[in-house]
Formats: sequence, structure tokens, C-alpha cells
Amino acid sequence: MPDLMKQSPFGAYLEHLKKGELAYQVCSDDGTAVFFPRAVAPRTGSTNLEWRVSKGLGTVYATTVVYAKDQPPQNVALIDIDEGFRMMSRVEDVDPLQVKIGMRVKFRVHPGDEKQPPYPVFTPAGGEK
Amino acid sequence: MSGLKRGSVAVVGAAESDLGQVAPHTSPVDLMAQATMRALDDCGLKLSDIDGVFSAATQVRTAPMTLAEYLRIKPRFFDGTIIGGSSFMAHVAHAQAAIEHGLCEVALIAYGSTQRSVSRAAASPRERNPYEDPYRPFMPTSAYALAASRHMHEFGTTREQLAEVAVAARQWALLNPKAWEKEPLTIEQVLNARMVSYPFTVRDCCLVVDGGGAVILTSAARAKSLKKKPAYVLGVGEALGHATISNMPDLTVTAAAESGPKAFGMAKLKPSEVDMISLYDAFTITPILFLEDLGFCPKGEGGRFVSGGAIAPGGKYAVNTSGGGLSYCHPGMYGLLVIIEAVRQVRGECGQRQVKNCEVSLAHGNGGVLSSQCTVIFGSESAL
Repeated sequence: MPDLMKQSPFGAYLEHLKKGELAYQVCSDDGTAVFFPRAVAPRTGSTNLEWRVSKGLGTVYATTVVYAKDQPPQNVALIDIDEGFRMMSRVEDVDPLQVKIGMRVKFRVHPGDEKQPPYPVFTPAGGEK
Repeated sequence: MSGLKRGSVAVVGAAESDLGQVAPHTSPVDLMAQATMRALDDCGLKLSDIDGVFSAATQVRTAPMTLAEYLRIKPRFFDGTIIGGSSFMAHVAHAQAAIEHGLCEVALIAYGSTQRSVSRAAASPRERNPYEDPYRPFMPTSAYALAASRHMHEFGTTREQLAEVAVAARQWALLNPKAWEKEPLTIEQVLNARMVSYPFTVRDCCLVVDGGGAVILTSAARAKSLKKKPAYVLGVGEALGHATISNMPDLTVTAAAESGPKAFGMAKLKPSEVDMISLYDAFTITPILFLEDLGFCPKGEGGRFVSGGAIAPGGKYAVNTSGGGLSYCHPGMYGLLVIIEAVRQVRGECGQRQVKNCEVSLAHGNGGVLSSQCTVIFGSESAL
């Protein structure tokens, strides 16, 4: 049961990321995967939220390339993770325009910097779905 | 069922504030007040007649309160619902409910923005989201681009079809003296413009300008005695989908698929009976999605539906006759201007761009990142 006086849902998620893990929650009342992490499960309203670690494999659901001034183009994608949740991320190690819907991708941690805590990114895992 | 009565209220006054680039230090509430007096003049009512205030603005957190202070009016009823650009369609529905229940008799809906003058970042600061911010999406543009990518993938929609939407909007804008854009635009120019968030170039994206507007609603009974032909509210529908694009279940289906049927059900009308369609066009993908979700064409057919100039002047469907957010005016939460054009079309006061025999118009608002969807159907007296 989340105790907001001790740790926030994002705080718990971040601790997993620092260990190299992509964490999500499962509502033990109805068994559905929950992401973004919450203090209360959607629909059921349950506080029985269990943390799980994803295997880190997913499929690109939607993709765009952002052209910021004075910066190389960067990918922004929505990834459907195999355990049944979706998240925004970036697919790296590939030309951003070559990130295709259906592409299989694998999680890794981006270390971030002083201002930005670690966050999940993805790389091509080979294959399509 | 909405519980509201078809045709019980009407828009009786409608006006824009000054649009485009206003003088430095003009406030969003200056624009609201200016538009309010123009809308009152449009219907012949006075400031002291207003007893309901509905307002939302990104630069004015307590918009109904701030506007009431500015105008020194004491509304009996007020509502500051803010769900993005569709807020004002929601205000129409809420004003109708309030008027039907005698909570107010003359409702003002007002909006103002100086986002061109102060910058979009200053006018509409983003809320932080630790699950999206690290990827630095251009918001809201990238969210709509993600939806476009999915539509292209599932239905074969092309960048040329998206560009058709921008070109049609520009052609309508050239018929509207108040439109920001004054030069013609071609599909090639849209495709070859500066890329912002693939597949969108800057020409697939709405304008960033200053502007505002106001509409006055009252009961159908009182509307008959006023200056102009009433634009009766025949149907309303409101729906919330999600807030963030990461949490939109299917990027090709918006909550317009809920708000549309609600509005059509109340209006007892079908899409084929709508003479003019006013759709929130923040990006070229949005009219395509809304034409599908509101039932003007089957899901997935939107790209083909808009092709070949079908929604341009002289085309099969009169869509966004003002020139839309893409070419006429987009001050940030554009929904009130979507309503104003739909009202003017059923009143028959659109000059060169007037749709012939326009008895029924539809105004559809979108807020957030395809998040909130609200629909209003207006009709002339003969549509009652």
C-alpha cells in the first residue's frame, strides 16, 4: 500500500530506474498493468498496487521526429510494453526517421544529468510485430 | 441523454476582439472586454443585462472573476471550466443548463489571449510531467504528430492529404477579411515548409496570434425580440478522453465519437443534415479525425474525404469557412472563434464565404492533446 508520507509513486519508479530497472505497477484487484505509477489504481480505486519489473521489451505504437532549433532531430515515440502498458520514450541508435510503427525495441536507462534524473529510452531489438 | 432541451436557448450576439498582433501590454482581459461590448452591440443588450459569466484563458487563471472585476458586473452564475480549446463549447452547454434552470438569463462567454505578443511559452506554460518531459516533445504539436503517424500507418493517410486541409483553410481565409494569412498556399509549399514534428511542417500547424471573442446567449423566448436572427442551440455534447497523449487509448479515435452522437441525438439531426462544419483545426490531422469521429465519413476515410479540394471553397463540404486556426486566427484556445463562425453562417452574414441556405451548422471544439471534445449544433429558426 503506497504511503505518500514516505515515498511518492514517481520516487519508487525512479529508484528502480537507478538500479537499471523499468518498473510498473499491477493492480492486484483486477490484475491490470498500471502506468504511469499512481497512489490509487485507475477504475478499481484500489490501493493494492504491486511493483513489478518489466522485461524491457516493447513495440513502437506511434512515432514522430522533433526538429528543435540548433539540435539534431530527435525521435519521440509511444511504446507498447509487452507486460501491457504504454509509455512515451525515445528510440535511440537509429536514424529517428527510420523508427517505424511495429518495430520491436528494448529498454535501457539514460543516465540523465544534474537537472534530469535517469529515464528510460529504447533501442531497436530486431524484428517487427 | 443530456437532459437539455433542443432549441431552448440561442446565441444572440457574437464578435471577435481585435485579432492578430495587438499593441504591447494589451491584456487578455482587455480583449475579452472589447469583444464583450461588440457582442452586446451585435444583439442590442447592455452590460447590465449580463447575469451569467463563462470564461477560460491560459493567461487568466480566475477568468470569470477577473472579467467580472474588469467590467464591474455581479453575475448570479459563473463558470470557469477550462479543458483547453473546447472549453467554450462546454460553456455553451453549461450556459444552456443554467438558463433552463433560471440560474441566469443572459450568459456571456468570453476569451482573450495575447500569445503572439508575449510568446506562446509565456501565455501557456506547460505542466510538468516526469514521464514525458525527458523526451522533449514539442507540445502540443508532437502529440498530434504521433496521432498522425498512427493514422498514416493504419489507414494509409498521406502527407499530401494532410496538406489538403491546410490548403483548403487558406483558400477560405482569402475570402475572410479578418484572416491573418493573406497569400495563397499550395500543397507543395506545405510539404516543403520547415519541418517541426514529423509529419508536420510549420504549415500543418495552427497560427500563433493574439485574439479573443465573446458570445451572448439567452432563452429562445427572449432571443426573438433582439436585433439579429438567433442561432438556436439544437444540440450539445461534451466528452473527456484523456489528458496526456501517452494515455490516449487509440490515437486514431477521439472522444468526438462520444460528444458528436450526444449532440446529434439532442438535435435530432444526422451529419448529412449539417450545412456548415466548423472544426477545431489545431493541426491538419484534427479535421480529418473529427470528420470521421463526428460521422461525416467512415473511420480511416478522412484523408481521402478531404482530397481534391472537397473541403475548400466550391468543394462538396463547407468546412472551416473562416480559414480556421490554420489560416484565420489561433490565439491558443481557439474554440470560441469556431463557435462564432458557425453562428455567423446560420445567420447568413458571412459575405463572400457565406454557405448558401445554411440552416444548420456544427461547431466542434478540441482541447489539450485530442483530450477534451465538445460539440455544439446551431440552427436557424427554420431548423427548429
